[in-house]
Amino acid sequence: MSESGFEPKIVAFLCNWCTYTGADLAGTARIQYPPNVRIIRLMCSGSVDPTYVLKPLLDGADGVLIGGCHPGDCHYQSGNYKARRRVVALKEILRSAGFDEDRVWLRWISASEGGRFAETVTEMTEAMREKGPNPMRQKWAV
Amino acid sequence: MTSDPRIGVYICHCGVNISATVDVEEVAAFAGGIPGVVVARDYMYMCSDPGQALIRRDIADHDLNRIVVASCSPRMHEPTFRGAAEQAGLNPYLVDMANIREQCAWVHVKDAETTEKAKALVASAVARAALLEPLEAREVEVTPGALVIGGGLAGMIAALDIADAGFPVTLVEQSDHLGGRIAELNRTYPTLESVPELLEPLVEQVKLHPNITTLLNSQVLKVEGYVGNFQVEVQDNHQSSSFQVGSIVVATGYDVFDPHRKPEYGYGQYPNVITTLEMEQRLAEGDLSVNERAPQRIAFIKCVGSRDAQVGNPYCSRVCCMVTAKQAHLVKQLLPEAEVTVFYMDVRTFGKGGEEFYDETRKKGVLYRRGNVSEIVRRGDRVALIAEDTLLSQPIEVEADLVVLAVGMEPRANADSITTLLKLPRSSDGFFLELHPKLRPVDTAVDGVFLAGCCQGPKDIPDTVAQAKAAASSALIPLLRGTVLGESATAIVEEELCAGCGMCVEVCPYGAPALHALWGVSRINAVLCKGCGACAVACPSKAIRLQHFTEEQIWAQIDALVEA
Repeated sequence: MSESGFEPKIVAFLCNWCTYTGADLAGTARIQYPPNVRIIRLMCSGSVDPTYVLKPLLDGADGVLIGGCHPGDCHYQSGNYKARRRVVALKEILRSAGFDEDRVWLRWISASEGGRFAETVTEMTEAMREKGPNPMRQKWAV
Repeated sequence: MTSDPRIGVYICHCGVNISATVDVEEVAAFAGGIPGVVVARDYMYMCSDPGQALIRRDIADHDLNRIVVASCSPRMHEPTFRGAAEQAGLNPYLVDMANIREQCAWVHVKDAETTEKAKALVASAVARAALLEPLEAREVEVTPGALVIGGGLAGMIAALDIADAGFPVTLVEQSDHLGGRIAELNRTYPTLESVPELLEPLVEQVKLHPNITTLLNSQVLKVEGYVGNFQVEVQDNHQSSSFQVGSIVVATGYDVFDPHRKPEYGYGQYPNVITTLEMEQRLAEGDLSVNERAPQRIAFIKCVGSRDAQVGNPYCSRVCCMVTAKQAHLVKQLLPEAEVTVFYMDVRTFGKGGEEFYDETRKKGVLYRRGNVSEIVRRGDRVALIAEDTLLSQPIEVEADLVVLAVGMEPRANADSITTLLKLPRSSDGFFLELHPKLRPVDTAVDGVFLAGCCQGPKDIPDTVAQAKAAASSALIPLLRGTVLGESATAIVEEELCAGCGMCVEVCPYGAPALHALWGVSRINAVLCKGCGACAVACPSKAIRLQHFTEEQIWAQIDALVEA
């Protein structure tokens, strides 16, 4: 627990083939990271619908992490490139609507990068803690 | 499914793997209170026979129509629990899992927050389970044949086993000959058999086998498709050819550590310093002379490029201790008067007959000194090894006419191209990653692709042969069955909503959706669809649904996770 008592809540969408397996590897290797992240398994980062990112933020999550295969490594050839283009567009929309686009992170983490997954979650938890509670829910409720 | 969900939730202790950090009883009590949950239990090992029987009995007794198992990763035991459900007459796609071991218990400390996270993951799985729909299993015909990439020892053994089982094998080798690295060796350890005498009949067998097509000077350019039906494109010097196979064995071998990267040893600078592979040649020729004289003093340095974080190889190469013992042994046979010293960090002579051979080598008068050599300098015609004897804790200098560097194994420099070709993950050491370090040592994250030999990690000859045979028998499973299960969680179009814009046709990498010539709406060919979901996101009319990962299911998961 931080001094302020605020613990960020992060929802993560991980592709089955790379990042979800990388997260499993972090477990097998017992690499510790903060429990603030909640993982949803999808087959491909290219199947992350914009609503999957917006809904948790509007419902009160403090950050959304999308994890996919490294460029060139997508199990479905090009799903990660689709995810990348969508996230760029989505961040643009968030920014123009006055929301903090840095609450959405897209990272490439392979099945062998358990350490990188744990580091990413640690880093994101810290970053979201620094930002404080997500104000989107209140703004939305107006 | 129209009937209301009746969900059974099972929280696994996994011995103490989960229960040491997660309060499993509390999670089970929490799950019991979620609407729709009829039974919630915690149990020592859900994957055990009694654990599965518990699920089957509850399905019958409580008329359950959804199952949630909170345990290890679904990548581990989803097939197990789907199987249990199916045996009890429940569609296997009505099972969901909460990953509270790899993604919770193992990565967090024992406290209230870890248990809270486990509850949230269970709530999320229950929310999705309530919305799961039964799907039909779909069988796909398998192309009877295999591709083996790499014509070294592992590749040849795997190819022979698959071919002997009656299936055509295409063996692709990048060089102009079969044999790979093992062709550079002279004698085996610990039995001192002639390698050419082992290898040549094997190469002949491969060449003459009616079921094996060997393509030399060839590269695999492209692999598409999935287990059962991979489309492969191979290029040789002149032309490219395409064919289809059911399974693939990767046996691309290793690179030898380049001792130029340890400049302190003066390799390439002093003619007295050679590698174990060069020594192998000299021993084969029976001529060890340096500067036209038979060497009187010979030194070996072990762990060159292995167990060395500075050069980026923290792992042990597993063969160098025995290679050194073998070569020291052979030197003593050839030059009984020569003084032979081996510098070592540890001696690891595991394996059948290894320790006995090492004992025998020392009895022949080979001196083992514990310590790393820090530098080799010139001393006239000779060189001097500057080292620390770590047992005596004193600096020493040993002169030698010939120094042999026991060079280790590294991943192939071009392993990246195979990674990209097959989407094969690699472990932190750079070798290809097996699916499970203990239970699935030749399987990979890609169904139908198997690993053999040193591309997965350093190995000696018996281990390479054993793994190649294991990879061959695993690669034979889909070929012998003749069918594999196709993807059931495919995308489907709700034609009423489809505007016929063709966006799905554009984004699909498999050509699965097509606009109907007459009606102008999209239809998805289930055989071609791999279930990636790209079309469902791209569809502006939201007419496409990715089954088993529907928007409603994911939204329900989000609700459960954010509210929890």
